[in-house]
Amino acid sequence: MATIRQQVLTLYLATSALDSRVLGWSMYDGTGDQAHTTGDSDTPPYETGLDALRDGWRLLQLPVLIPPYPGEEYSTSFMKYGFVFEKLEDTGA
Amino acid sequence: MIDKQHLLNSQQMAEFVARGFLRFDELVPAEINEAVMRDIDRQAIKGAPAGTPLSQCYAGTALRHMLDLPAVQGLIQSLVGEDPLFDHDAIHVREPNEGKAQGLHADSIIDLRTHFDIQLMYFPHDVPLEMGGTLLLPGSHFRRVNEMDVAAYQNMRGQIAMVCKAGTLLALHHGIWHCGRQNKTDRRRYMFKLRLNPAVRQLRLWNTQDLEPDYQSQREIYTRNARDGGVQDILSRREPWFEAASGRLEIVNRIKLWRFLTGDNEFDVHYWLGRLENKPA
Repeated sequence: MATIRQQVLTLYLATSALDSRVLGWSMYDGTGDQAHTTGDSDTPPYETGLDALRDGWRLLQLPVLIPPYPGEEYSTSFMKYGFVFEKLEDTGA
Repeated sequence: MIDKQHLLNSQQMAEFVARGFLRFDELVPAEINEAVMRDIDRQAIKGAPAGTPLSQCYAGTALRHMLDLPAVQGLIQSLVGEDPLFDHDAIHVREPNEGKAQGLHADSIIDLRTHFDIQLMYFPHDVPLEMGGTLLLPGSHFRRVNEMDVAAYQNMRGQIAMVCKAGTLLALHHGIWHCGRQNKTDRRRYMFKLRLNPAVRQLRLWNTQDLEPDYQSQREIYTRNARDGGVQDILSRREPWFEAASGRLEIVNRIKLWRFLTGDNEFDVHYWLGRLENKPA
């Protein structure tokens, strides 16, 4: 019987376009094969978000564009363009 | 008052404004590092109540010797004044062969001030890459976030793992995102952190003799001519993780802080604020 586990990848991109450059990345692996943590790599897994699609990652969520709150037009906070992807792996367990 | 030769210069201050940190490798002599390590082992390091003038802290200890080094006095005075206030200290420990790193965060809580505290991070022993080192993200200090809100970001282009020799000091703007990286060795890793609050207005506290009279005049923009290593140039450099649009706002944040620190209220970089301030009557 198939035992499906989820891998989740978030890519933080340079613009709201999926084919823009990867600036930041996080990965969580529900199969237990890989254990990722803060500061464990200086090389992004993909050059762009589109490259992740081409490698079989399914897009789960894309960032919603929200106008700046009045008075906060010049302040900066979180990364604005986080795209969330998944892969489903059969662990066969 | 420390001699001017030990103060930061304007290029260093511009680096601090732009990137939110300054790094001083192997600044502290070995005998002080070794004495501090002995004090850590003996649990002999005692802080002070928040708000105590720094001059009244750590009397007679190795840490006092470290803080009294002219170069250390000079960088402290340049950033937060001659006798800043002790906020708190902490001996940060990363245990051997940890399973994971600390989450990325900014210390304390969300902080909207233009005034800034500094955090001195002192590495009293060698820190090789496999031991982790503190991870910091240059240029993150203006981002308005509340502590661990940013723990979801595991890796960012341009992040720096503090791999260093004993005696290295970091001076951080309080807003810098950082964390303790995973320690994959069989030895404990120590880092001593000291947060300091300014007790004076942070206005031209460094050695400003190197600021030329025309350093703030508007320059031609979008040309290679702007790359001259001066203050405007330093404040215009993007970090590798800056988004295309927000990266422009980060330069505006730097302009505002530089104006605050110098009183030069027409200072600009690449005309980012001058354009917006042009409102003919």
